[in-house]
Amino acid sequence: MRFVDEFRDAGTARALATRIAALCEPGRRYKFMEVCGGHTHTIYKHGLEDYLPETVSLVHGPGCPVCVIPMGRVDDAIAIAERDDVILTTFGDMLRVPGGRGSFFDSKAAGADIRMVYSPLDALKVARKNPDKRVVFMAIGFETTAPSTAMTVLRAAAEGLDNFSIFCNHVTIIPAIKAILDSPDLRLDGFIGPGHVSTIIGCRPYEFIAREYGKPLVCAGFEPLDILQSVYQLLLQLHEGRCEIENQYARVVPWDGNLKALQVIGEVMELRPHFEWRGLGFIAQSALRVRERYASFDAERIFSVPGVRVADPKACQCGEVLKGVLRPWECKVFGTACTPETPIGTCMVSSEGACAAYYNFGRFSRERVKEATQA
Amino acid sequence: MCLGIPGEIVEILADREDLAMVSVEGVKRVVNVGLLEDEPLAPGDWILIHVGFALSKIDEREAKASLEWLTGVGDAYTDELKALAESDIQ
Repeated sequence: MRFVDEFRDAGTARALATRIAALCEPGRRYKFMEVCGGHTHTIYKHGLEDYLPETVSLVHGPGCPVCVIPMGRVDDAIAIAERDDVILTTFGDMLRVPGGRGSFFDSKAAGADIRMVYSPLDALKVARKNPDKRVVFMAIGFETTAPSTAMTVLRAAAEGLDNFSIFCNHVTIIPAIKAILDSPDLRLDGFIGPGHVSTIIGCRPYEFIAREYGKPLVCAGFEPLDILQSVYQLLLQLHEGRCEIENQYARVVPWDGNLKALQVIGEVMELRPHFEWRGLGFIAQSALRVRERYASFDAERIFSVPGVRVADPKACQCGEVLKGVLRPWECKVFGTACTPETPIGTCMVSSEGACAAYYNFGRFSRERVKEATQA
Repeated sequence: MCLGIPGEIVEILADREDLAMVSVEGVKRVVNVGLLEDEPLAPGDWILIHVGFALSKIDEREAKASLEWLTGVGDAYTDELKALAESDIQ
């Protein structure tokens, strides 16, 4: 038996599509946001919108960690990397992200010692091997990644490594969802909740979305049928007048999350008063910084970073794409001035970015989709 | 870095209980399992790995489905596997 059949069977997908269509009230339009870039990927790759009635649209949210890093933070990291005594370590995804003065790639080409690592623990190894250098890890990501950074800081502390620090850019998903709910630009009917983030935070933190905003959320897996099933569950809730948080991905996501992971994040990091998100602007208590007691592992305290704000390029509409207000192909520079090879905005850099996913897997021409969405 | 990759535990390292030798698509690498300290782990178990750390224990059915999903991701997965192969977690 092929294991994936049950998650991909076309017959089951068609049956779900029929049930989805039956739940749609005539004349009503539905708009659901998938928060996570991995879901965006599945939707485009498998053409899932073909299975949905025209009145149901999926819009893409801010759940791509690379996409939401503001240009100023890239510049700050490069300023650290340009010091002679520093080795900056980063995930490969960050290398091509444009800052105001170029990317990590550009800085590396100009002589900065910037190295790609798979894990923050690999950055720790670089620090052990280079005791005469100060090794900084560019920490990015949502709650999925923050526990790994926190565990690495705890390990560095246990080993007494004094030449390792993190430049902390971890962000938290809940304030971003709240910012979208508070945005007047977009009226949503519900959310397809992120998969891997929820593995860590569980489902409880989403409860305010149902309670305070009256919107349903279904945490979903990454398979095509997971997403169709989640859309079905959202529509069923609306049809029955319910508004709840449901866990479609219970085979991986525990309702209470990973308590150990939450505990280590809390041990090492605390909420920042505010943090700038690309496209979304400053959002209160939406990011993490290193606690005072681990100050010696905090690159922001060790190095004086410029901390400048850099406006996004005028042509770039990543902000609107990240908020779900624009779909990728509606951006003025999509596929012309901005491509995965020469990205202007972050949404085109990361493979999880909505623009890159659509560019790589979009199955319709822009004109046809525009016609379809305007119809 | 955004991907969660399934791996099968080959052994828990005797001198470091927070580390496990894991097989990912046939490549054996050390992964930190410290975030799963409350879960009993044994060779043959599947875990979801993210940037060198196990985030959750999954069943084989989910693992196989995830692997197929990842294969469909293309370059991002190939790059991640390449980075993982160069990883040397201690």
